[in-house]
Amino acid sequence: MADQRIQKVINTEISYIQIHQAGFEETNDINDYILNAGDLQKSIGNIAGVIGVCKRIVIQSMAASAETASGVLISGINPEQEKSVTSINDKIIDGAYFEGIKRNPAVIGKKLAEKLNLRIRSKFVITVQDLQNNITSGAFRVAGIYSTDNSVFDETNVFVRYSDLQKLTNFPAGAAHEIAININKGEELPAISEAVKKVAGDKLSIKIWKELRPEMNYLTEAMDLYMYIFIVIILLALLFGIINTMLMVVMERTKEIGMLMAIGMNKIKIFSMIVLESVMLSLTGGIVGIVIGAIASKYGETHPIDLSAWAQGYQQLGYDAFVYTQLDPSMLVDITLLVILTGVIAAVYPAYKALRNDPADALRIE
Amino acid sequence: MNVIEIKGLTKIYNTSEVIVKAVNGIDINFEKGEFTAIVGPSGSGKTTFLNMLGGLDKPTSGKVIIGGVDVWKLSSRQLIDFRMNNIGFVFQSYNLIPVLTAGENVEFIMHLQGKPKKERKQRTKDLLEAVGIGNRINARPSKLSGGQQQRVAVARALASKPEFILADEPTANLDSTATNSLLELMSKMNKKYNTTFIFATHDQRVIDKAHRIVTIEDGKILSDECFERD
Ligand SMILES: Nc1ncnc2c1ncn2[C@@H]1O[C@H](COP(=O)(O)OP(=O)(O)O)[C@@H](O)[C@H]1O
Ligand SMILES: [Mg+2]
Repeated sequence: MADQRIQKVINTEISYIQIHQAGFEETNDINDYILNAGDLQKSIGNIAGVIGVCKRIVIQSMAASAETASGVLISGINPEQEKSVTSINDKIIDGAYFEGIKRNPAVIGKKLAEKLNLRIRSKFVITVQDLQNNITSGAFRVAGIYSTDNSVFDETNVFVRYSDLQKLTNFPAGAAHEIAININKGEELPAISEAVKKVAGDKLSIKIWKELRPEMNYLTEAMDLYMYIFIVIILLALLFGIINTMLMVVMERTKEIGMLMAIGMNKIKIFSMIVLESVMLSLTGGIVGIVIGAIASKYGETHPIDLSAWAQGYQQLGYDAFVYTQLDPSMLVDITLLVILTGVIAAVYPAYKALRNDPADALRIE
Repeated sequence: MNVIEIKGLTKIYNTSEVIVKAVNGIDINFEKGEFTAIVGPSGSGKTTFLNMLGGLDKPTSGKVIIGGVDVWKLSSRQLIDFRMNNIGFVFQSYNLIPVLTAGENVEFIMHLQGKPKKERKQRTKDLLEAVGIGNRINARPSKLSGGQQQRVAVARALASKPEFILADEPTANLDSTATNSLLELMSKMNKKYNTTFIFATHDQRVIDKAHRIVTIEDGKILSDECFERD
């Protein structure tokens, strides 16, 4: 669930790697742009594993409709290039992605549309400071309305064409505040970010998603932690279940164990017998459970769990209403080993009890 | 030649209420190939005596010497191996492992001894045939009658090729037909393998078959008689 959330954030909101002028992220100063962003974009596009690069002008601004106004972050993007990096174009729920409006089209979030009472083709005014610190305004029309799972994002992000925003703010051609990079495989991120650093030089700030949104990383770590807590709880339940069962087994079979000791089974053999039985007990349950779990998980990969009834709260937090399950094969191996280990540990006390049996006493039991 | 020598054997149970002298100074010898009944009323000390003789219950004092080995001087580890290789046990009940077949129960002890598989299989087959249930080799104990189960127990006791077999009330749970045939079987095995049989009983039918009858009461030998039987 957290992985799903992270993948979504990477795809819709932040992308894998972002480049800024050092300091831009703190100040959002319009003058902290990357002058040669266009050239840089081309050379980064040639790095192996990079599947999309786009540049953006990002400016804090005011969006105003006839009724009311709202502070927004306006991004001037190249609609085609943006598709290869983020998936806002897939999130359009009304209108079209930069289509249907000839002059100054804009794509806005559903939440903002509701707030400013805007519909498709509605006009609204964006007010920004230009590079010379003059206040300047431009009229845009809503071409498309998008909706992600993050309502805060939807309320504060407006997308317009790079060229339109460049004209409005007298921005130097080819310059940008932000370069966003998408890559093919998440595992290649460290290598690619190194390569990007080489191309971009060390004057610029290059950050991967974990650095861009540290809370995302906490989310993974927190989820991992929850997972371990769950596993520990389940294994503890298993442990006590097996201890209980094996104690019963040992007690019920006191006489049999006494007989086995009498006819020549030594302590090591009795001990191994109990441990082996315990491992087999835990494994039969374990394997059945793992098979059922794996099947359920495989099914959930294509048939998401529908939480939409409760999704309001989740969506505030940026979670999806449909949860896809995910199966990690290495996890299966780990769990199986843990189950076996639990079986062994659980057997120790019952086996010790079995060894305490005195054959002469045990055989006297009627 | 004496297989077993017992000197001043005593067992005192110290319970919270009373001190029980279960076995109270027994001196006796057993020879190779004997077929001996230990007789006495319930509580007279037969089981305690056999358990000390079989290395299952430690005497308070006295000695058990089997084939020259002072049994209670062995370490607990050595004792287990000694029991496995020298003594066969037939108990009143719970002789067999319920999840194993008759054949596997017999084979099990040879497995513990580390005998090769081929020998184990052959001996199991021979023994079960000798005790008259060769056709039930693959049956679980629950599918056998009480008498048949005790026959498997005798076969199991013989499997390890012990010097002697201790049987504590082996016929207590059997009807008279089964008792008779089990006794005949033990007597036959006694002759066939020249294995010493010492069994505790208070069953008159068993007593009639014994060659030697040792009567104990209150942990002491009351009489020790020999009979000529065919
Ligand atoms: N573990 C024990 N603790 C205390 N007393 C015992 C114990 N085992 C046997 N006894 C006592 O020792 C005496 C002899 O018992 P036992 O050898 O079982 O006799 P038998 O087999 O002839 O019936 C009995 O009085 C019995 O109550
Ligand atoms: Mg008894």
